[in-house]
Amino acid sequence: MSRPVAAIAGAAETSLGRLPAMSELDLHVDAALLALADAGLSLDDVDGITSAVHNPVEIAHALGVRPTWFDGTSVGGTSFLVHVRHAAAAIAAGQAEVVLVLHGESRRSVVGRHPRPMPADGMLGQFELPFGVYGPPTMFTLPYLRYAHETGTTLEQLASVPARQSEWSHGNPRAARPSLASVDEVLASTPIAWPFTKLMCCMVSDGGGGLVVTSAERARELRRTPVYLWGSGEAADSPLVSQMPDLTRAETFERSATAAFTEARISHNDVDHLMVYDAFAHVPLYGLEALGFVGRGEAGAFVADGNTAPGGHLPMNTNGGGLRYTHTGMYGMFAIQEAVRQLRGEAFAQVPDVDVSVVQGVGHFFSEAATLVLSNREVSA
Amino acid sequence: MTCIVPLMVPMFVSGVSPGEGAAQALPTPTTRPFWDAAAEGRLAVQQCGSCETHFFYPRIACPSCGSREVSWVDVSGRATLLSYVINHLPAPGFEAVGPHVIAIVQLEEGPTMMTNIIGSDAVPDQLVIDMPLQVAFEDRRGQVVPVFAPREGHAA
Repeated sequence: MSRPVAAIAGAAETSLGRLPAMSELDLHVDAALLALADAGLSLDDVDGITSAVHNPVEIAHALGVRPTWFDGTSVGGTSFLVHVRHAAAAIAAGQAEVVLVLHGESRRSVVGRHPRPMPADGMLGQFELPFGVYGPPTMFTLPYLRYAHETGTTLEQLASVPARQSEWSHGNPRAARPSLASVDEVLASTPIAWPFTKLMCCMVSDGGGGLVVTSAERARELRRTPVYLWGSGEAADSPLVSQMPDLTRAETFERSATAAFTEARISHNDVDHLMVYDAFAHVPLYGLEALGFVGRGEAGAFVADGNTAPGGHLPMNTNGGGLRYTHTGMYGMFAIQEAVRQLRGEAFAQVPDVDVSVVQGVGHFFSEAATLVLSNREVSA
Repeated sequence: MTCIVPLMVPMFVSGVSPGEGAAQALPTPTTRPFWDAAAEGRLAVQQCGSCETHFFYPRIACPSCGSREVSWVDVSGRATLLSYVINHLPAPGFEAVGPHVIAIVQLEEGPTMMTNIIGSDAVPDQLVIDMPLQVAFEDRRGQVVPVFAPREGHAA
C-alpha cells in the first residue's frame, strides 16, 4: 500500500429513532455540525460537501458553507461510501481539502422528506411495480429463495443473522431493537414476504450522520485519531432486481471489494472487523461470500455458528446493523460510523484490537456496491 | 385452479386481480410493442439482428453488442421459476388480494422478468424453484399483463 491520501478526521451521528421535530434538511445540518465539532473544525474549514437524494448545494447553503467541490451521487444506501471514495480522489487531486459527507433522513416521521419518484413510464414502473412489489421488503428479498435452493441454506440460518447481530446491540440505548432476539423469535415474527419475517427486515427510523474527510496530513494535526482510507471500490449492475445477472451472488460486491482490497493491499487475514450493509437478513450472507470470507453456500452456517458474533473471529455488524441498531432508509452512513468507532476504540460493543475494518455497502437491491478499507494505522504492519 | 394458455390463443385469466390504485405501466414508444402484444395475448421480447440475443426490458439498442438492429419477436411463453416471495405486505390496490406470489422467471429464450404466479396456491409446497411455467395473460382494469402458471403436467 502506498501511504493513504485521505482520512476520516471527524464522525458523528445525530439522535436516532423518531425525530418529528427535525426535517431531512435539519438532520443534515445537525450531522454536519456534530461531525465538525468532533474533528475540531469549523464551517470556515469546509470546502467540499456531499449528500444523497438531497442536492448537496441545498445542504451547503442551509449549513452556511460555500463549497468549491460537491458530489450528489445518489445510489441508494451505499452513496456515503461512494462519497468517501470520491472525496478521497478529490483530495488526492488537490480539488478539495475538507469534505463533509452527510446523511439525514426522516424515513419514519416523514418531515421535509425528499420524494423518491417511481414513474409509471420508467422500467421499474412498467416491468416491476405492476406485479405488486412494494418497496425494499418485496424487492430486495426476491433473489433469496434461489440462493437458498442452490446453497442449501436453511431458514434457521437466515434467522440467525438478526439473532446473532442482536448480541452486539443488546442493551445499547441507541439501538432501536436493543433486546436479544432468538432464532425462534425471528422465525415467529410477522410474515412480510415469505420467507422473510419482520425481524429479518431492517426497522424504519429517523436520523443522520456526518463524516469529515480530509488529507491524511491534515488529519494527523487534528484532535481525533485519524481513520485512514487504505482502499476503496465501487461497482454497479442492474437497477432492477429482476434483471440481476445471478440471483445467488452479490456480483457488485465482488467487484467493489476486489478493487478495495487490491488498493489497500490486504488479504482476508488482515481484516479485524467487518460491516456488511444488512437491510435484510440475507445480505450479510451474500456479502460474506462475495467478499471471499467464506466459500459459496457456507455463510449461513458461518453466522449461525457464531463466527461473526461477540467472541467470534470475524466480528461483523457490531452495532447490531440495520436489523437491530438503526435504518433510516440509506443505512451506509451508519455502517461507516460503527467502523470509525471500532477503529477509535469507542464502540458500545468494542472489539479488542481492531486495526483494520472493511465496510461493504449496497445500493438498492444489489444494484450498486461500494467498499471501504479503513484503518487507524497509516501504513500496514 | 390451473390456467394453461396455448401459445397464440389469447385467453385472459383471472389471477391476482389487484384493484383501484394498483400500479399500471405507462408505455413509452420503445416499450409499447410489448404492451400491445400482451393485449393480444402474445409475449414478445426484442432480439438483436446482429448477435441474435433475446433481451428484455425493451431498449433502442442491444445491451450485449450495442447494435441498433433490434426487432420484436414472439416467444414461446415457456419459462422456469427462478425465485419468488409470497407477499404479505400489499402494495396499493393489492390489499384485497391476500398473500400473492411475486416471482422472477426465466424465459426459455433467456431473458428474465418479474411477474406473478397464478394457478397454484400461494404456499411454498406448490412453488418449487425451477418448476416449468407457461405464460398467461391477465386483464387488470384495462391493462393486460403477462403472468405465469405451472405448465400442464408439472404442477407441484
